[in-house]
Amino acid sequence: MTLVQTEKKQSLSSEGVVQPLKTLENSKVRTEDLNAWYGNNQVLKKLNIEAREHSVTAIIGPSGCGKSTFIRCLNRMHELVPKAKTSGRVILDGSDIYAKGVDPVTIRRRVGMVFQKPNPFPTMSVYDNVAAGLKLNGERNHAVLDRAVQRSLESAFLWDEVKGDLDKSGASLSGGQQQRLCIARALAVEPEVILMDEPCSALDPIATAKIEELIASIKENYTVVIVTHNMQQAARVSDFTAFLYLGQLIEYGETTSLFENPAEELTERYLTGKFG
Amino acid sequence: MLAMIPLISILYEVVKNGASTINVDFLTAAPGVIGQAGGGIGPAIQGTLILVGLTIIIGVPLGVLSGIYLSEFGDNPVGRVIRFLNDVLAEFPSVVIGVVIFTLIVLTFRSFSVIAGALALSIIMLPIITRSTEESLKLVPNSIRDASMALGIRRWRTTLSVVLTTARSGVVTGILLAIARVAGESAPLVFTILGSQYFFSALSSPMDALPLRIYRLALLPYPYAQAQGWGAALVLILMVLVVNIGVRWATRGRLYSRRSRP
Repeated sequence: MTLVQTEKKQSLSSEGVVQPLKTLENSKVRTEDLNAWYGNNQVLKKLNIEAREHSVTAIIGPSGCGKSTFIRCLNRMHELVPKAKTSGRVILDGSDIYAKGVDPVTIRRRVGMVFQKPNPFPTMSVYDNVAAGLKLNGERNHAVLDRAVQRSLESAFLWDEVKGDLDKSGASLSGGQQQRLCIARALAVEPEVILMDEPCSALDPIATAKIEELIASIKENYTVVIVTHNMQQAARVSDFTAFLYLGQLIEYGETTSLFENPAEELTERYLTGKFG
Repeated sequence: MLAMIPLISILYEVVKNGASTINVDFLTAAPGVIGQAGGGIGPAIQGTLILVGLTIIIGVPLGVLSGIYLSEFGDNPVGRVIRFLNDVLAEFPSVVIGVVIFTLIVLTFRSFSVIAGALALSIIMLPIITRSTEESLKLVPNSIRDASMALGIRRWRTTLSVVLTTARSGVVTGILLAIARVAGESAPLVFTILGSQYFFSALSSPMDALPLRIYRLALLPYPYAQAQGWGAALVLILMVLVVNIGVRWATRGRLYSRRSRP
């Protein structure tokens, strides 16, 4: 059953979808006419945005413009909200993650997510928090888990601070540490893409600086899509920026050119703080 | 303070009248010949333990599963109907449940039985556990569910290994309170396990239990039987107390983890 499915998927990707890949070099995730609704309220309108491999793509825009909804569509978390639906395509490595027969669970293993508020599992230790994704998917080998936990905590710049307290409750860390713990937890399952939904909005400037440094470091191995309401942060961390307004893509481009010479008037007005 | 007066006076009476009768013989021996001093409440203690154990085996999994269903998947018409029926069931007088089981099980098999008693107690226990499990799981923030789902953990795994573990102290507290509640039930037992002079023989036979034994002893006109009744009451209270201490212990874990959050 599964064999047949994967074969189908491969043949599908070899026919129709590989073609655009040639035109968009090293595109990792790409949306094609992505629409999303909550009930009858359309929050995303025909979005065409791409995130390139080993780069950071920032999504900016005023509150309620659909930034969070957009990235929740990239790992099929959006559909977990009652009455939420989507249409259009999201192409991950050449195949549509919304195609029939695609298991959203396998997509979520490839596309990890970090949330706005740090949300470590409160009853688990630091170690178990990081190992949760592997453990709960059936990994039992202690050596493998130990290695994954250390590697992930190191990538999240947290290892030195917690290596003596791996048995402590994850909830006992400070806010900034908790958020890095959540990043380590997401990295532990070795996803290809990391989605970050305003990861610093609940943190102080020092913790924010650490996370930004971390983002710059993990983009060598991962593709990062970050939602932020902080324009300076977008300018600092990202390579590409997409500006959304009322569910529509207003402008997309390299961060430096978008910030220095915005093509659209709306973008310029937003960047200069005239609204939003 | 005023509310403490009944509690203290009951405890005082029970301890004053019951403590002197308690000894090893009393706790382990079968009841003696009626009218002659001696004998004990061994079968009643054994019966209550068996009955409560069986009730836990039947009632706890069903209650926890229903609670999980209502909390995690019950936001639909079916869930609302089940939640309503569950609340109705929780308000049923226990004697009515005893009579229903009497009609359905005891009359059908033409015998009072341990099974019938455990079924009746399970029905009393079920709505309590369902409710408390649902409430505890609903206290788990959705961000925890999101975090787990976003790791590519399947829904059922998320529910069992993340949501249920996060809410575990609340769930355990609900279970222990339900156990304490059914351990002291007497009305439904009159119609189901009937009571007995002997130790446990078979699941399909009558059996004794502490609430029934207290009732029988209290009705007897002999001073020694009254004293034994007080003793049995003290034993029952102590058993319930142990369960309640378990509740305190389970809740302590919850308070601890809350405090440790910044």
